Amino acid sequence: MAPPSTLPTGVPAEGPETTSSTPTATAGGVQQLLSADDVTRVVDRIAHQLIERAASSTSSGDGLSDLVLVGIPTRGAPLARRLAARIEAFTGTAVDVGTVDITLYRDDLRTRGVRALEDTRLPDAGIDGRLVVLVDDVLFSGRSVRAALDGLRDVGRPRAVQLAVLVDRGHRELPIKADFVGKNVPTSRTQQVRVRLAEVDGEDGVSVTDA
Amino acid sequence: MTLLIKGAQPYGEDAVDILVRDGVIAAIGEDLSVSTGRTIDATGLVALPGLVDLHTHLREPGREDTETVLTGSRAAALGGYTAVHAMANTDPVADTAGVVEQVWRLGGDAGLVDVVPVGAVTVGLGGTQLAELGAMADSAARVRVFSDDGKCVSDPALMRRALEYVKALDGVVAQHAEEPRLTVGAQMHEGDRSARLGLTGWPAVAEEAIIARDVLLAEHVGARLHVCHVSTAGSVELVRWAKSRGVEVTAEVTPHHLLLTDAQAEGYDATFKVNPPLRTAEDVAALRAGLADGTVDAVATDHAPHAGEDKECEWSAARPGMLGLEQALSVVVDTMVDTGLLTWREVADRMSVRPARIGRLAHQGRPIAVGEPANLVLLDPAARAVVDPAALASKSRNSPYAGRELPGRVVHTLLRGELSVLDGKVQK
Amino acid sequence: MRRHLLESADLDRADATLVLDTAAQIESALAGREVKKLPTLRGRTVVNLFFEDSTRTRISFELAAKRLSADVINFSAKGSSVSKGESLKDTALTLEAMGADGIVVRHGSSGAPHRLATWVAGSVVNAGDGTHEHPTQALLDAYTIRQRLGRLEGVRVVITGDVLHSRVARSNVWLLHTLGAEVTLVAPPTLLPVGVGSWPVTVSYDLDAVLPQADVVMMLRVQGERMNASFFPSAREYSRRYGLDATRMAKLADDAIVMHPGPMNRGMEIAADVADSPRSTIVEQVGNGVSVRMAVLYLLLGGPA
Repeated sequence: MAPPSTLPTGVPAEGPETTSSTPTATAGGVQQLLSADDVTRVVDRIAHQLIERAASSTSSGDGLSDLVLVGIPTRGAPLARRLAARIEAFTGTAVDVGTVDITLYRDDLRTRGVRALEDTRLPDAGIDGRLVVLVDDVLFSGRSVRAALDGLRDVGRPRAVQLAVLVDRGHRELPIKADFVGKNVPTSRTQQVRVRLAEVDGEDGVSVTDA
Repeated sequence: MTLLIKGAQPYGEDAVDILVRDGVIAAIGEDLSVSTGRTIDATGLVALPGLVDLHTHLREPGREDTETVLTGSRAAALGGYTAVHAMANTDPVADTAGVVEQVWRLGGDAGLVDVVPVGAVTVGLGGTQLAELGAMADSAARVRVFSDDGKCVSDPALMRRALEYVKALDGVVAQHAEEPRLTVGAQMHEGDRSARLGLTGWPAVAEEAIIARDVLLAEHVGARLHVCHVSTAGSVELVRWAKSRGVEVTAEVTPHHLLLTDAQAEGYDATFKVNPPLRTAEDVAALRAGLADGTVDAVATDHAPHAGEDKECEWSAARPGMLGLEQALSVVVDTMVDTGLLTWREVADRMSVRPARIGRLAHQGRPIAVGEPANLVLLDPAARAVVDPAALASKSRNSPYAGRELPGRVVHTLLRGELSVLDGKVQK
Repeated sequence: MRRHLLESADLDRADATLVLDTAAQIESALAGREVKKLPTLRGRTVVNLFFEDSTRTRISFELAAKRLSADVINFSAKGSSVSKGESLKDTALTLEAMGADGIVVRHGSSGAPHRLATWVAGSVVNAGDGTHEHPTQALLDAYTIRQRLGRLEGVRVVITGDVLHSRVARSNVWLLHTLGAEVTLVAPPTLLPVGVGSWPVTVSYDLDAVLPQADVVMMLRVQGERMNASFFPSAREYSRRYGLDATRMAKLADDAIVMHPGPMNRGMEIAADVADSPRSTIVEQVGNGVSVRMAVLYLLLGGPA
């Protein structure tokens, strides 16, 4: 799929975008943060950033063969696949993709209860010595990322682990910071950020709901 | 000693006053009055002759931690009983004149109900050698009912001899009908539930085969036979058939077999483990019908106290048996009276008159009439209560009715004119 | 998910499928890993309370619990206070006082886990009770069938052997029925319970007649001593009529599989060449047992206490 022609496709500015387009207020305290087109544009931008970062972190080639995108289910998994597809579209190089289910590594099972597990699939080549980029939809407390880091530790020893998220809504409870952020969204703790992806929810979009 | 009972309804019929003097019913009529003695208001209470239990385990001697003659007597009096037959499977076994006289004396000391010892048929319940039945019959305990209950007299030749021998004593053999080779390791009624629960089945045929054999033996030798705790539709059918042939057979059914089914085994609560086991709803219906038409002569409790550790355990490790004395009448009210299957006169017949006749108790099971012994129970048929095992007079707590609401409250019990129970409180 | 796993008869389709799906996810998550350990049950205590010897089942549960980082205590009745007459209830209260979060119990008496569950606050997992049930065995059998055949719905399973005394048979009958399989029991009538007519199964006395339609043949262990109680005349006659040998195996469809919960009586209910054939899932069943038991422990113990 080619990027929409109305959007810039060049290399975007360094660093995450910190200003937000005016949220579209709707009924019931729901604010639309990103439209479907916005999501596409943000994914493209992160893909470009990943390409750049991969190239700068290796002494030979484009570094993409070194890169593994590992999605955190549920929505991190299709996000990782989209990023890989965009990278391939931009560079012609296929990137390894995997998923790591973090349920069995969570520290909140006792309070939130057990749940069904999701897929864990890593590329045949493994992750040892490679650059792993964890991909998730929303960065909030950082606990999911901690669980994912614990999970990765048990499956191999990457050269480095970085983090890409579609939305960073703040309120970290652990010293964790994303390397690639689609959109920073100032929220209150009680608000709910909802990411919808076509693969899971039938459509793309990000909204915030007042509790 | 004079006692005036005001406004009682004998057999649930018209209210009358009953005057009791010196242990005997001295007068029955309207507006009786006395200048001395006690008067109790029995308005709304049904008066029945004191109940007679053919089948009680009092556990003394041997397991006084679970029941004694005294605590069992209290439970009996609270249940409306004025006589109970104490089963022989004590430790030592009641197979000699010495043991039956000991139990009889303990009963007299307690003084709440007539404790009538049952003598063992065979030495030590061993099933091989006849106990000294004559000595027990001639003892102060005057034993007339002989039973190895808990075990079946399974040897057909020995059973024949026992039936023959007790004819000379005006006695009766009360058989625990269970073919032992068909019940090895048996845990519950054999059927759909035992198959699913993985508990070894106790097939109905193991009871019925012995009853069929025994009624034919009784017919052959012209003896009396009493069948303990019939539990299956087939057993009722066999007793009906035998009676129609003129065999001198009587039969009893327990309260729990009139109310509960093998569904109680779900969850493996061993309170519901009993021998013979709880059967199906069809069996329960047949037992009620048999009791209603008189095929089954008597309700007998098979009151079987057990220590907590013998019930709070794995099902297969638990001892079989359940309490019955204190709730028997309530269960009969629930299953037979409130359902219209028995009148109060018939309740008196099945719980007092016929059991006394089977046990040859001349002064029990008598009608409520002038000149008769004042053995009476006065109950409130409308009162309903939830059974609380902790509140029972029995030393044990293995009541299958725990938490169940049952009708019928025994308010007063009189043994030979003395109040053994007054306002639901045992007097000794 | 419930608090206890006492019998497969009370598992509904959603519960059972959740266990199987979870086991599959755990298996794939751990596949090829050097560190086969997950932190999920860190700080939780699992007691293996075994009143009957069963090394294989105990080891399987122990491994499952340890792979989930639970602390595991093995409490064998032999040589313990139990052999000195301590009651099941007192043992339960002791374990409770020690803070057991989960109790995996194997007991010779049907229903012992049900009783245990009424006395403890923790979760109870039935690892085989008398002749009642062995639900994790049925779950691992269902898992193995699904893995091999890709489905359970409509799968025709023949269970052959001592159904009367088999907790494995009972658990499989209920679970496979719940999951949509069609179960046929084959045994001499003496080894079928009175009341089997109320089970959701077809009953046959003729193994040869049912084999050609079977997708799965599950052989149950038959104890030779049963013949002493006249359940059958001799081991030889049993084996001839109900044993699975190469000749009988040849009647099976090409993709049909042969299962056995173990331990096997080679030469009695199953011939050696059948047990070792490619149709046999006997070794897979053992490995799948660990995944399924991990799933059960996770689902029962992972959440709020």
